[in-house]
Amino acid sequence: MGVEEAQKNPVLRTDELQAYFGPFHAVKGVSVSIFPNQVIAVIGPSGCGKSTFIRCLNRLHEETPGAKVKGQVWLEGKDIYGKGVDPVLIRRRVGMVFQKPNPFPALSIFDNVAIGPKLMGLRRRALLEEKVEQSLKQAALWNEVKDKLNKLGTSLSGGQQQRLCIARALAINPPVILMDEPTSALDPISTARIEELVQELKNRVTVIMVTHNMQQASRISDKTGFFLLGSMIEYGDTVQVFTKPRDSRTEQYITGRFG
Amino acid sequence: MNFKNWTYLQRRIINWMAKIVLFLFTFLALLPLIMILFYVLRQGGNVLSWSFLTTLPGPTGSTGGMANSIVGSLVMVALASIVGIPLGIVSGVYLSEYGVGKTANILRFSLDLLTCVPSIIVGIFVYGIVVIRYGFSAYAGAFSLALIMLPIVARSSEEIFKLMPGHIREAGLALGLSRWRVILQILLPGCRKAVLTAIMLAVARIFGETAPLLFTALGNQFYARSLSQPTASMSVQIFNWARSGFADLEQQAWAGSFVLVTLILFMNLATRFLGRVRS
Ligand SMILES: Nc1ncnc2c1ncn2[C@@H]1O[C@H](COP(=O)(O)OP(=O)(O)OP(=O)(O)O)[C@@H](O)[C@H]1O
Ligand SMILES: [Mg+2]
Repeated sequence: MGVEEAQKNPVLRTDELQAYFGPFHAVKGVSVSIFPNQVIAVIGPSGCGKSTFIRCLNRLHEETPGAKVKGQVWLEGKDIYGKGVDPVLIRRRVGMVFQKPNPFPALSIFDNVAIGPKLMGLRRRALLEEKVEQSLKQAALWNEVKDKLNKLGTSLSGGQQQRLCIARALAINPPVILMDEPTSALDPISTARIEELVQELKNRVTVIMVTHNMQQASRISDKTGFFLLGSMIEYGDTVQVFTKPRDSRTEQYITGRFG
Repeated sequence: MNFKNWTYLQRRIINWMAKIVLFLFTFLALLPLIMILFYVLRQGGNVLSWSFLTTLPGPTGSTGGMANSIVGSLVMVALASIVGIPLGIVSGVYLSEYGVGKTANILRFSLDLLTCVPSIIVGIFVYGIVVIRYGFSAYAGAFSLALIMLPIVARSSEEIFKLMPGHIREAGLALGLSRWRVILQILLPGCRKAVLTAIMLAVARIFGETAPLLFTALGNQFYARSLSQPTASMSVQIFNWARSGFADLEQQAWAGSFVLVTLILFMNLATRFLGRVRS
Protein backbone atom coordinates (compact mmCIF):
# COMPACT_ATOMS: atom_id res chain seq x y z
CA MET A 1 0.00 0.00 0.00
CA GLY A 2 1.42 3.35 -1.07
CA VAL A 3 1.80 6.29 1.26
CA GLU A 4 -1.02 8.33 -0.22
CA GLU A 5 -3.34 5.36 0.06
CA ALA A 6 -2.68 4.82 3.72
CA GLN A 7 -4.17 8.21 4.42
CA LYS A 8 -7.34 7.60 2.45
CA ASN A 9 -10.22 5.27 3.13
CA PRO A 10 -11.05 2.80 0.39
CA VAL A 11 -14.04 3.86 -1.68
CA LEU A 12 -14.84 0.23 -2.32
CA ARG A 13 -13.79 -2.88 -0.45
CA THR A 14 -14.81 -6.47 -0.98
CA ASP A 15 -14.46 -9.17 1.60
CA GLU A 16 -14.52 -12.83 0.55
CA LEU A 17 -16.93 -11.99 -2.27
CA GLN A 18 -18.52 -15.06 -3.84
CA ALA A 19 -20.90 -15.15 -6.81
CA TYR A 20 -22.94 -18.02 -8.15
CA PHE A 21 -25.08 -18.80 -11.18
CA GLY A 22 -27.31 -21.47 -9.67
CA PRO A 23 -24.81 -24.10 -8.51
CA PHE A 24 -21.97 -22.70 -10.64
CA HIS A 25 -19.37 -20.86 -8.58
CA ALA A 26 -18.29 -17.96 -10.81
CA VAL A 27 -16.43 -15.69 -8.35
CA LYS A 28 -14.53 -17.46 -5.59
CA GLY A 29 -13.71 -15.29 -2.63
CA VAL A 30 -12.35 -11.98 -3.83
CA SER A 31 -11.03 -9.55 -1.21
CA VAL A 32 -9.72 -6.23 -2.43
CA SER A 33 -9.58 -2.59 -1.36
CA ILE A 34 -10.02 0.07 -4.01
CA PHE A 35 -8.96 3.65 -3.31
CA PRO A 36 -10.52 6.79 -4.73
CA ASN A 37 -9.37 8.62 -7.86
CA GLN A 38 -7.75 5.63 -9.45
CA VAL A 39 -8.34 3.60 -12.56
CA ILE A 40 -8.45 -0.11 -11.89
CA ALA A 41 -8.04 -2.55 -14.75
CA VAL A 42 -9.54 -6.01 -14.44
CA ILE A 43 -7.93 -8.52 -16.75
CA GLY A 44 -8.03 -12.26 -17.28
CA PRO A 45 -9.00 -14.90 -19.82
CA SER A 46 -12.53 -15.15 -21.16
CA GLY A 47 -15.01 -16.72 -18.75
CA CYS A 48 -12.88 -16.17 -15.65
CA GLY A 49 -15.55 -14.08 -13.90
CA LYS A 50 -14.51 -10.47 -14.57
CA SER A 51 -17.96 -9.33 -15.64
CA THR A 52 -19.59 -11.26 -12.84
CA PHE A 53 -17.23 -9.66 -10.33
CA ILE A 54 -17.95 -6.08 -11.34
CA ARG A 55 -21.68 -6.80 -11.60
CA CYS A 56 -21.57 -7.72 -7.92
CA LEU A 57 -20.29 -4.23 -7.14
CA ASN A 58 -23.53 -2.52 -8.21
CA ARG A 59 -25.82 -5.40 -7.27
CA LEU A 60 -26.67 -6.12 -10.88
CA HIS A 61 -25.58 -9.75 -10.62
CA GLU A 62 -28.68 -10.65 -8.61
CA GLU A 63 -30.93 -9.59 -11.51
CA THR A 64 -29.94 -12.76 -13.35
CA PRO A 65 -32.42 -15.51 -12.44
CA GLY A 66 -30.82 -18.02 -10.07
CA ALA A 67 -27.82 -15.81 -9.34
CA LYS A 68 -26.55 -15.42 -5.78
CA VAL A 69 -23.91 -13.41 -3.93
CA LYS A 70 -22.12 -14.14 -0.65
CA GLY A 71 -19.57 -12.12 1.26
CA GLN A 72 -19.43 -8.38 1.70
CA VAL A 73 -18.95 -5.29 -0.44
CA TRP A 74 -18.35 -2.00 1.35
CA LEU A 75 -19.10 1.16 -0.59
CA GLU A 76 -17.81 4.26 1.24
CA GLY A 77 -17.91 2.30 4.46
CA LYS A 78 -21.41 0.86 4.02
CA ASP A 79 -22.15 -2.79 3.34
CA ILE A 80 -24.18 -2.79 0.12
CA TYR A 81 -25.38 -6.32 0.79
CA GLY A 82 -26.47 -5.45 4.34
CA LYS A 83 -30.00 -6.09 5.55
CA GLY A 84 -32.60 -3.69 4.21
CA VAL A 85 -30.28 -2.02 1.70
CA ASP A 86 -32.17 -1.13 -1.48
CA PRO A 87 -30.18 -2.19 -4.57
CA VAL A 88 -31.79 0.63 -6.54
CA LEU A 89 -30.12 3.19 -4.26
CA ILE A 90 -26.76 1.41 -4.51
CA ARG A 91 -26.94 1.54 -8.30
CA ARG A 92 -27.30 5.30 -8.14
CA ARG A 93 -23.91 5.43 -6.40
CA VAL A 94 -22.15 3.03 -8.77
CA GLY A 95 -22.48 3.82 -12.45
CA MET A 96 -22.01 1.32 -15.23
CA VAL A 97 -20.99 1.39 -18.87
CA PHE A 98 -21.54 -1.72 -20.95
CA GLN A 99 -19.64 -3.45 -23.71
CA LYS A 100 -22.21 -2.56 -26.34
CA PRO A 101 -23.18 1.12 -26.47
CA ASN A 102 -26.80 1.11 -25.32
CA PRO A 103 -28.49 4.50 -25.27
CA PHE A 104 -32.16 4.19 -24.43
CA PRO A 105 -34.15 3.83 -27.64
CA ALA A 106 -36.77 6.47 -28.42
CA LEU A 107 -35.11 8.92 -26.01
CA SER A 108 -33.34 12.03 -27.27
CA ILE A 109 -29.70 12.70 -26.52
CA PHE A 110 -30.83 15.18 -23.88
CA ASP A 111 -33.28 12.77 -22.25
CA ASN A 112 -30.76 9.95 -22.22
CA VAL A 113 -28.56 12.05 -19.96
CA ALA A 114 -31.39 13.75 -18.06
CA ILE A 115 -33.20 10.58 -17.07
CA GLY A 116 -30.88 9.91 -14.13
CA PRO A 117 -30.94 13.43 -12.61
CA LYS A 118 -34.72 13.54 -13.09
CA LEU A 119 -34.97 10.29 -11.21
CA MET A 120 -32.98 11.85 -8.38
CA GLY A 121 -35.51 14.66 -8.15
CA LEU A 122 -33.97 17.36 -10.33
CA ARG A 123 -37.00 18.99 -11.97
CA ARG A 124 -36.13 22.57 -12.85
CA ARG A 125 -35.50 22.81 -16.57
CA ALA A 126 -32.60 25.24 -16.24
CA LEU A 127 -30.83 23.05 -13.70
CA LEU A 128 -31.41 19.97 -15.84
CA GLU A 129 -29.97 21.69 -18.89
CA GLU A 130 -26.95 22.72 -16.90
CA LYS A 131 -26.46 19.18 -15.61
CA VAL A 132 -26.80 17.66 -19.07
CA GLU A 133 -24.32 20.10 -20.55
CA GLN A 134 -21.87 19.48 -17.74
CA SER A 135 -22.12 15.69 -18.09
CA LEU A 136 -21.76 15.79 -21.85
CA LYS A 137 -18.71 18.02 -21.48
CA GLN A 138 -17.17 15.62 -18.99
CA ALA A 139 -17.79 12.82 -21.46
CA ALA A 140 -16.12 14.87 -24.22
CA LEU A 141 -19.24 14.75 -26.34
CA TRP A 142 -20.72 18.22 -25.89
CA ASN A 143 -19.17 19.85 -28.95
CA GLU A 144 -20.42 17.12 -31.25
CA VAL A 145 -24.03 17.10 -30.03
CA LYS A 146 -24.78 20.55 -28.65
CA ASP A 147 -26.77 21.49 -31.76
CA LYS A 148 -28.84 18.33 -31.89
CA LEU A 149 -29.77 17.49 -28.33
CA ASN A 150 -33.29 16.60 -29.47
CA LYS A 151 -32.09 13.96 -31.92
CA LEU A 152 -32.41 10.35 -30.87
CA GLY A 153 -29.51 8.94 -28.86
CA THR A 154 -29.43 5.97 -31.19
CA SER A 155 -28.76 8.26 -34.17
CA LEU A 156 -25.15 8.81 -33.04
CA SER A 157 -22.14 6.80 -34.16
CA GLY A 158 -20.98 3.88 -32.02
CA GLY A 159 -18.18 5.82 -30.35
CA GLN A 160 -20.45 8.79 -29.71
CA GLN A 161 -23.10 6.49 -28.30
CA GLN A 162 -20.58 5.03 -25.88
CA ARG A 163 -19.59 8.52 -24.72
CA LEU A 164 -23.29 9.31 -24.36
CA CYS A 165 -23.59 6.27 -22.10
CA ILE A 166 -20.65 7.56 -20.06
CA ALA A 167 -22.35 10.98 -19.80
CA ARG A 168 -25.54 9.23 -18.73
CA ALA A 169 -23.67 7.45 -15.96
CA LEU A 170 -21.79 10.61 -14.88
CA ALA A 171 -24.96 12.68 -14.65
CA ILE A 172 -25.88 11.31 -11.24
CA ASN A 173 -22.40 11.91 -9.76
CA PRO A 174 -21.52 8.37 -8.75
CA PRO A 175 -18.21 8.02 -6.86
CA VAL A 176 -17.52 4.78 -8.76
CA ILE A 177 -18.07 3.83 -12.39
CA LEU A 178 -17.81 0.28 -13.67
CA MET A 179 -16.92 -0.29 -17.30
CA ASP A 180 -17.18 -3.71 -18.90
CA GLU A 181 -14.96 -3.75 -22.00
CA PRO A 182 -16.25 -0.32 -23.00
CA THR A 183 -14.08 -0.04 -26.10
CA SER A 184 -14.21 -3.56 -27.48
CA ALA A 185 -16.96 -2.63 -29.96
CA LEU A 186 -15.26 0.58 -31.09
CA ASP A 187 -12.76 1.68 -33.71
CA PRO A 188 -9.22 2.74 -32.68
CA ILE A 189 -9.97 6.47 -32.73
CA SER A 190 -13.07 6.17 -30.57
CA THR A 191 -11.12 3.85 -28.29
CA ALA A 192 -8.36 6.42 -27.87
CA ARG A 193 -10.91 9.13 -27.06
CA ILE A 194 -12.49 6.99 -24.37
CA GLU A 195 -9.12 6.08 -22.89
CA GLU A 196 -8.28 9.78 -22.72
CA LEU A 197 -11.63 10.44 -21.15
CA VAL A 198 -11.12 7.82 -18.47
CA GLN A 199 -7.83 9.49 -17.56
CA GLU A 200 -9.62 12.80 -17.05
CA LEU A 201 -12.47 11.24 -15.11
CA LYS A 202 -9.99 9.98 -12.56
CA ASN A 203 -10.06 13.36 -10.83
CA ARG A 204 -13.71 12.88 -10.01
CA VAL A 205 -14.48 9.20 -9.92
CA THR A 206 -12.96 5.81 -9.44
CA VAL A 207 -13.13 3.77 -12.61
CA ILE A 208 -13.09 -0.02 -12.57
CA MET A 209 -12.62 -1.24 -16.11
CA VAL A 210 -12.63 -4.74 -17.52
CA THR A 211 -10.45 -5.03 -20.57
CA HIS A 212 -9.00 -7.70 -22.82
CA ASN A 213 -6.46 -5.31 -24.19
CA MET A 214 -3.18 -5.53 -22.27
CA GLN A 215 -1.83 -2.32 -23.81
CA GLN A 216 -4.97 -0.54 -22.75
CA ALA A 217 -4.69 -1.83 -19.21
CA SER A 218 -1.07 -0.78 -18.91
CA ARG A 219 -1.73 2.59 -20.58
CA ILE A 220 -4.57 3.83 -18.46
CA SER A 221 -4.74 2.02 -15.14
CA ASP A 222 -3.11 2.64 -11.78
CA LYS A 223 -3.94 -0.78 -10.41
CA THR A 224 -4.51 -4.07 -12.12
CA GLY A 225 -6.33 -7.14 -10.90
CA PHE A 226 -5.75 -10.45 -12.65
CA PHE A 227 -8.56 -13.01 -12.57
CA LEU A 228 -8.29 -16.70 -13.28
CA LEU A 229 -11.05 -19.27 -12.89
CA GLY A 230 -13.09 -17.06 -10.59
CA SER A 231 -10.26 -16.02 -8.28
CA MET A 232 -8.28 -12.82 -8.20
CA ILE A 233 -4.81 -14.22 -8.47
CA GLU A 234 -2.99 -10.94 -8.26
CA TYR A 235 -3.77 -7.31 -7.50
CA GLY A 236 -1.27 -4.50 -7.40
CA ASP A 237 0.23 -1.44 -9.05
CA THR A 238 -0.15 -1.77 -12.80
CA VAL A 239 3.56 -1.20 -13.40
CA GLN A 240 4.44 -3.94 -10.96
CA VAL A 241 1.87 -6.41 -12.32
CA PHE A 242 3.05 -5.88 -15.88
CA THR A 243 6.81 -5.77 -15.20
CA LYS A 244 7.38 -8.11 -12.31
CA PRO A 245 4.24 -10.09 -11.55
CA ARG A 246 4.35 -12.03 -8.30
CA ASP A 247 2.42 -15.00 -9.66
CA SER A 248 3.79 -17.08 -12.51
CA ARG A 249 0.26 -17.49 -13.96
CA THR A 250 -0.06 -13.71 -14.25
CA GLU A 251 3.21 -13.58 -16.11
CA GLN A 252 2.13 -16.39 -18.44
CA TYR A 253 -1.14 -14.60 -19.23
CA ILE A 254 0.44 -11.20 -19.79
CA THR A 255 3.13 -12.55 -22.04
CA GLY A 256 0.45 -14.37 -24.01
CA ARG A 257 1.39 -17.89 -23.16
CA PHE A 258 -2.20 -18.84 -22.33
CA GLY A 259 -5.67 -17.38 -22.15
CA MET B 1 -16.67 -10.28 -75.86
CA ASN B 2 -14.40 -11.91 -73.31
CA PHE B 3 -15.37 -14.39 -70.64
CA LYS B 4 -15.50 -11.84 -67.83
CA ASN B 5 -17.96 -9.63 -69.65
CA TRP B 6 -20.14 -12.59 -70.46
CA THR B 7 -20.57 -13.60 -66.80
CA TYR B 8 -21.25 -9.99 -65.93
CA LEU B 9 -23.97 -9.81 -68.56
CA GLN B 10 -25.37 -13.12 -67.37
CA ARG B 11 -25.54 -11.83 -63.83
CA ARG B 12 -27.31 -8.69 -64.98
CA ILE B 13 -29.89 -10.74 -66.85
CA ILE B 14 -30.55 -13.07 -63.93
CA ASN B 15 -30.84 -10.11 -61.60
CA TRP B 16 -33.30 -8.47 -63.94
CA MET B 17 -35.40 -11.61 -64.28
CA ALA B 18 -35.48 -12.07 -60.50
CA LYS B 19 -36.82 -8.54 -60.18
CA ILE B 20 -39.60 -9.25 -62.63
CA VAL B 21 -40.56 -12.47 -60.87
CA LEU B 22 -40.64 -10.71 -57.49
CA PHE B 23 -42.77 -7.95 -58.93
CA LEU B 24 -45.18 -10.50 -60.40
CA PHE B 25 -45.56 -12.28 -57.09
CA THR B 26 -46.15 -9.02 -55.25
CA PHE B 27 -48.80 -8.20 -57.78
CA LEU B 28 -50.31 -11.67 -57.35
CA ALA B 29 -50.54 -11.12 -53.59
CA LEU B 30 -52.16 -7.74 -54.12
CA LEU B 31 -54.57 -9.05 -56.76
CA PRO B 32 -57.26 -10.34 -54.37
CA LEU B 33 -57.39 -7.00 -52.58
CA ILE B 34 -57.70 -5.09 -55.83
CA MET B 35 -60.35 -7.50 -57.10
CA ILE B 36 -62.39 -7.28 -53.92
CA LEU B 37 -62.36 -3.49 -53.97
CA PHE B 38 -63.16 -3.38 -57.66
CA TYR B 39 -65.94 -5.97 -57.48
CA VAL B 40 -67.56 -4.49 -54.40
CA LEU B 41 -67.44 -1.04 -55.94
CA ARG B 42 -69.00 -2.27 -59.21
CA GLN B 43 -71.86 -3.96 -57.41
CA GLY B 44 -72.68 -1.19 -54.98
CA GLY B 45 -71.07 1.88 -56.47
CA ASN B 46 -74.23 3.48 -57.82
CA VAL B 47 -75.92 3.67 -54.40
CA LEU B 48 -72.78 4.99 -52.77
CA SER B 49 -73.28 8.64 -51.92
CA TRP B 50 -72.85 11.10 -49.11
CA SER B 51 -76.43 10.45 -47.98
CA PHE B 52 -75.67 6.72 -47.80
CA LEU B 53 -73.24 7.59 -45.02
CA THR B 54 -75.56 9.96 -43.22
CA THR B 55 -79.04 8.39 -43.27
CA LEU B 56 -80.64 5.51 -41.44
CA PRO B 57 -81.40 2.25 -43.23
CA GLY B 58 -84.84 2.05 -44.79
CA PRO B 59 -87.16 -0.59 -46.24
CA THR B 60 -86.85 -1.80 -49.81
CA GLY B 61 -87.69 0.86 -52.35
CA SER B 62 -86.35 3.71 -50.22
CA THR B 63 -82.87 5.19 -50.24
CA GLY B 64 -81.48 4.05 -46.92
CA GLY B 65 -78.02 4.41 -45.48
CA MET B 66 -75.76 3.13 -42.76
CA ALA B 67 -75.20 6.14 -40.51
CA ASN B 68 -76.33 4.35 -37.37
CA SER B 69 -74.23 1.28 -38.04
CA ILE B 70 -71.11 3.34 -38.68
CA VAL B 71 -71.65 5.08 -35.33
CA GLY B 72 -72.48 1.75 -33.65
CA SER B 73 -69.34 0.10 -34.97
CA LEU B 74 -67.15 3.01 -33.92
CA VAL B 75 -68.68 3.08 -30.45
CA MET B 76 -68.35 -0.65 -29.85
CA VAL B 77 -64.82 -0.84 -31.25
CA ALA B 78 -63.83 2.13 -29.07
CA LEU B 79 -65.36 0.53 -25.99
CA ALA B 80 -63.67 -2.78 -26.74
CA SER B 81 -60.35 -0.98 -27.27
CA ILE B 82 -60.58 0.90 -23.97
CA VAL B 83 -60.66 -2.46 -22.20
CA GLY B 84 -58.79 -4.71 -24.59
CA ILE B 85 -55.74 -2.57 -25.40
CA PRO B 86 -54.56 -1.68 -21.87
CA LEU B 87 -55.30 -5.15 -20.58
CA GLY B 88 -53.51 -6.67 -23.55
CA ILE B 89 -50.44 -4.49 -23.11
CA VAL B 90 -50.28 -5.13 -19.37
CA SER B 91 -50.49 -8.88 -20.03
CA GLY B 92 -47.81 -8.53 -22.68
CA VAL B 93 -45.53 -6.68 -20.24
CA TYR B 94 -46.16 -9.30 -17.58
CA LEU B 95 -45.42 -12.18 -19.94
CA SER B 96 -42.28 -10.66 -21.35
CA GLU B 97 -40.80 -9.08 -18.20
CA TYR B 98 -41.90 -11.43 -15.44
CA GLY B 99 -43.14 -14.34 -17.53
CA VAL B 100 -41.30 -17.29 -16.03
CA GLY B 101 -42.97 -20.04 -14.06
CA LYS B 102 -46.30 -21.72 -13.97
CA THR B 103 -48.73 -18.78 -13.76
CA ALA B 104 -47.17 -17.14 -16.79
CA ASN B 105 -47.26 -20.33 -18.81
CA ILE B 106 -50.90 -20.91 -17.96
CA LEU B 107 -51.72 -17.34 -18.98
CA ARG B 108 -49.74 -17.68 -22.21
CA PHE B 109 -51.48 -20.95 -23.03
CA SER B 110 -54.96 -19.56 -22.29
CA LEU B 111 -54.31 -16.54 -24.47
CA ASP B 112 -53.22 -18.81 -27.31
CA LEU B 113 -56.35 -20.89 -26.89
CA LEU B 114 -58.49 -17.76 -26.82
CA THR B 115 -56.93 -16.66 -30.12
CA CYS B 116 -58.01 -19.95 -31.67
CA VAL B 117 -61.61 -19.84 -30.46
CA PRO B 118 -63.82 -19.09 -33.47
CA SER B 119 -65.41 -15.69 -33.06
CA ILE B 120 -68.92 -17.11 -33.29
CA ILE B 121 -68.20 -19.14 -30.15
CA VAL B 122 -67.07 -15.99 -28.38
CA GLY B 123 -70.41 -14.47 -29.36
CA ILE B 124 -72.38 -17.41 -28.02
CA PHE B 125 -70.35 -17.34 -24.81
CA VAL B 126 -71.11 -13.66 -24.21
CA TYR B 127 -74.74 -14.35 -25.12
CA GLY B 128 -74.82 -16.99 -22.43
CA ILE B 129 -73.28 -14.97 -19.64
CA VAL B 130 -74.35 -11.39 -20.44
CA VAL B 131 -77.16 -11.18 -22.98
CA ILE B 132 -79.47 -13.71 -21.33
CA ARG B 133 -79.46 -11.62 -18.17
CA TYR B 134 -79.21 -8.05 -19.45
CA GLY B 135 -80.39 -8.22 -23.04
CA PHE B 136 -78.68 -7.23 -26.30
CA SER B 137 -76.51 -4.15 -25.93
CA ALA B 138 -73.48 -2.26 -27.13
CA TYR B 139 -71.78 -3.34 -23.90
CA ALA B 140 -72.26 -7.01 -24.74
CA GLY B 141 -71.06 -6.41 -28.29
CA ALA B 142 -67.99 -4.54 -27.08
CA PHE B 143 -67.29 -7.26 -24.52
CA SER B 144 -67.19 -9.94 -27.19
CA LEU B 145 -64.96 -7.76 -29.37
CA ALA B 146 -62.63 -7.12 -26.42
CA LEU B 147 -62.34 -10.87 -25.88
CA ILE B 148 -61.24 -11.29 -29.48
CA MET B 149 -58.84 -8.38 -29.28
CA LEU B 150 -57.19 -9.14 -25.94
CA PRO B 151 -55.13 -12.20 -26.87
CA ILE B 152 -53.98 -10.63 -30.13
CA VAL B 153 -52.69 -7.52 -28.38
CA ALA B 154 -51.23 -9.46 -25.46
CA ARG B 155 -49.26 -12.01 -27.45
CA SER B 156 -48.05 -9.63 -30.10
CA SER B 157 -46.91 -7.05 -27.55
CA GLU B 158 -45.16 -9.79 -25.58
CA GLU B 159 -43.18 -10.70 -28.68
CA ILE B 160 -42.42 -7.03 -29.34
CA PHE B 161 -41.15 -6.43 -25.78
CA LYS B 162 -38.98 -9.52 -25.96
CA LEU B 163 -37.15 -8.01 -28.91
CA MET B 164 -35.75 -5.27 -26.67
CA PRO B 165 -32.19 -6.41 -25.83
CA GLY B 166 -31.60 -7.39 -22.21
CA HIS B 167 -28.59 -5.11 -21.82
CA ILE B 168 -30.78 -2.05 -22.40
CA ARG B 169 -32.99 -3.06 -19.49
CA GLU B 170 -29.82 -3.63 -17.46
CA ALA B 171 -28.59 -0.16 -18.38
CA GLY B 172 -31.80 1.19 -16.86
CA LEU B 173 -31.39 -0.88 -13.71
CA ALA B 174 -27.74 0.10 -13.46
CA LEU B 175 -28.82 3.74 -13.50
CA GLY B 176 -30.93 3.14 -10.42
CA LEU B 177 -34.30 2.83 -12.11
CA SER B 178 -36.66 0.38 -10.50
CA ARG B 179 -38.06 -2.37 -12.68
CA TRP B 180 -41.40 -0.71 -13.24
CA ARG B 181 -39.66 2.53 -14.20
CA VAL B 182 -37.55 0.64 -16.71
CA ILE B 183 -40.81 -0.68 -18.15
CA LEU B 184 -42.57 2.69 -18.20
CA GLN B 185 -39.71 4.93 -19.26
CA ILE B 186 -37.57 2.71 -21.44
CA LEU B 187 -39.38 -0.40 -22.62
CA LEU B 188 -42.75 1.09 -23.55
CA PRO B 189 -41.45 4.24 -25.28
CA GLY B 190 -38.84 2.15 -27.08
CA CYS B 191 -41.48 -0.22 -28.46
CA ARG B 192 -44.14 2.42 -29.07
CA LYS B 193 -44.23 2.14 -32.84
CA ALA B 194 -44.35 -1.62 -33.02
CA VAL B 195 -47.03 -1.80 -30.33
CA LEU B 196 -49.07 0.81 -32.16
CA THR B 197 -48.96 -1.30 -35.29
CA ALA B 198 -50.05 -4.38 -33.37
CA ILE B 199 -52.93 -2.43 -31.84
CA MET B 200 -54.12 -1.15 -35.19
CA LEU B 201 -54.09 -4.62 -36.66
CA ALA B 202 -56.19 -5.85 -33.76
CA VAL B 203 -58.60 -2.92 -34.16
CA ALA B 204 -58.94 -3.58 -37.88
CA ARG B 205 -59.60 -7.22 -37.13
CA ILE B 206 -62.49 -6.56 -34.72
CA PHE B 207 -63.89 -3.84 -36.95
CA GLY B 208 -64.98 -6.42 -39.47
CA GLU B 209 -66.28 -9.03 -37.04
CA THR B 210 -69.91 -10.07 -37.63
CA ALA B 211 -70.57 -13.35 -35.88
CA PRO B 212 -69.98 -12.28 -32.27
CA LEU B 213 -72.09 -9.14 -32.75
CA LEU B 214 -75.09 -11.07 -34.06
CA PHE B 215 -75.50 -12.67 -30.65
CA THR B 216 -74.58 -9.70 -28.52
CA ALA B 217 -75.36 -6.30 -30.06
CA LEU B 218 -77.97 -7.80 -32.38
CA GLY B 219 -78.48 -4.79 -34.64
CA ASN B 220 -80.82 -1.84 -34.83
CA GLN B 221 -82.63 0.03 -37.58
CA PHE B 222 -82.20 3.26 -35.64
CA TYR B 223 -79.62 4.93 -33.44
CA ALA B 224 -79.36 3.17 -30.11
CA ARG B 225 -80.53 5.46 -27.33
CA SER B 226 -77.96 4.16 -24.87
CA LEU B 227 -75.12 1.68 -24.62
CA SER B 228 -77.44 -0.87 -23.02
CA GLN B 229 -79.66 -1.04 -26.11
CA PRO B 230 -79.34 -3.27 -29.17
CA THR B 231 -76.86 -1.49 -31.42
CA ALA B 232 -76.27 -1.54 -35.14
CA SER B 233 -72.86 -2.35 -36.57
CA MET B 234 -71.57 -2.14 -40.12
CA SER B 235 -70.92 -5.83 -40.51
CA VAL B 236 -74.30 -6.93 -39.12
CA GLN B 237 -76.07 -4.31 -41.24
CA ILE B 238 -74.31 -5.62 -44.34
CA PHE B 239 -75.29 -9.14 -43.34
CA ASN B 240 -78.94 -8.17 -42.91
CA TRP B 241 -79.08 -6.32 -46.21
CA ALA B 242 -77.39 -9.16 -48.04
CA ARG B 243 -79.90 -11.79 -46.96
CA SER B 244 -82.96 -9.54 -47.38
CA GLY B 245 -83.75 -10.96 -50.82
CA PHE B 246 -84.43 -7.52 -52.32
CA ALA B 247 -82.17 -6.44 -55.13
CA ASP B 248 -81.92 -2.82 -54.03
CA LEU B 249 -81.03 -3.76 -50.44
CA GLU B 250 -78.45 -6.22 -51.71
CA GLN B 251 -76.90 -3.37 -53.62
CA GLN B 252 -76.72 -1.43 -50.37
CA ALA B 253 -74.92 -4.40 -48.84
CA TRP B 254 -72.26 -4.04 -51.54
CA ALA B 255 -71.97 -0.34 -50.92
CA GLY B 256 -71.72 -0.96 -47.17
CA SER B 257 -68.97 -3.52 -47.78
CA PHE B 258 -67.03 -0.98 -49.77
CA VAL B 259 -67.30 1.54 -46.94
CA LEU B 260 -66.15 -1.02 -44.39
CA VAL B 261 -63.16 -2.22 -46.42
CA THR B 262 -62.16 1.36 -47.18
CA LEU B 263 -62.37 2.34 -43.52
CA ILE B 264 -60.14 -0.55 -42.47
CA LEU B 265 -57.74 0.23 -45.28
CA PHE B 266 -57.51 3.83 -44.17
CA MET B 267 -56.92 2.81 -40.59
CA ASN B 268 -54.00 0.66 -41.68
CA LEU B 269 -52.57 3.46 -43.78
CA ALA B 270 -52.97 5.88 -40.91
CA THR B 271 -51.01 3.53 -38.67
CA ARG B 272 -48.19 3.33 -41.17
CA PHE B 273 -48.16 7.08 -41.37
CA LEU B 274 -48.20 7.53 -37.59
CA GLY B 275 -45.38 5.00 -37.34
CA ARG B 276 -43.26 7.01 -39.71
CA VAL B 277 -43.67 10.36 -37.98
CA ARG B 278 -40.90 11.24 -35.48
CA SER B 279 -38.24 8.92 -36.75
N1 LIG C 1 -26.22 -16.12 -17.01
C1 LIG C 1 -25.33 -17.07 -16.72
N2 LIG C 1 -25.74 -18.29 -16.31
C2 LIG C 1 -24.85 -19.26 -16.00
N3 LIG C 1 -23.52 -19.10 -16.06
C3 LIG C 1 -23.03 -17.91 -16.45
C4 LIG C 1 -23.91 -16.84 -16.80
N4 LIG C 1 -23.16 -15.77 -17.17
C5 LIG C 1 -21.88 -16.17 -17.05
N5 LIG C 1 -21.80 -17.45 -16.62
C6 LIG C 1 -20.57 -18.20 -16.37
O1 LIG C 1 -19.83 -17.56 -15.36
C7 LIG C 1 -18.45 -17.54 -15.67
C8 LIG C 1 -17.93 -16.13 -15.60
O2 LIG C 1 -18.56 -15.37 -16.61
P1 LIG C 1 -18.19 -13.85 -16.87
O3 LIG C 1 -19.19 -13.31 -17.83
O4 LIG C 1 -18.03 -13.16 -15.56
O5 LIG C 1 -16.76 -13.99 -17.57
P2 LIG C 1 -15.82 -12.85 -18.10
O6 LIG C 1 -14.54 -12.97 -17.37
O7 LIG C 1 -16.50 -11.54 -18.08
O8 LIG C 1 -15.59 -13.33 -19.60
P3 LIG C 1 -15.44 -12.45 -20.93
O9 LIG C 1 -14.06 -11.93 -20.92
O10 LIG C 1 -15.64 -13.44 -22.02
O11 LIG C 1 -16.48 -11.38 -20.88
C9 LIG C 1 -18.30 -18.16 -17.05
O12 LIG C 1 -17.78 -19.45 -16.90
C10 LIG C 1 -19.68 -18.21 -17.60
O13 LIG C 1 -19.87 -19.39 -18.33
MG1 LIG D 1 -17.33 -10.23 -19.59
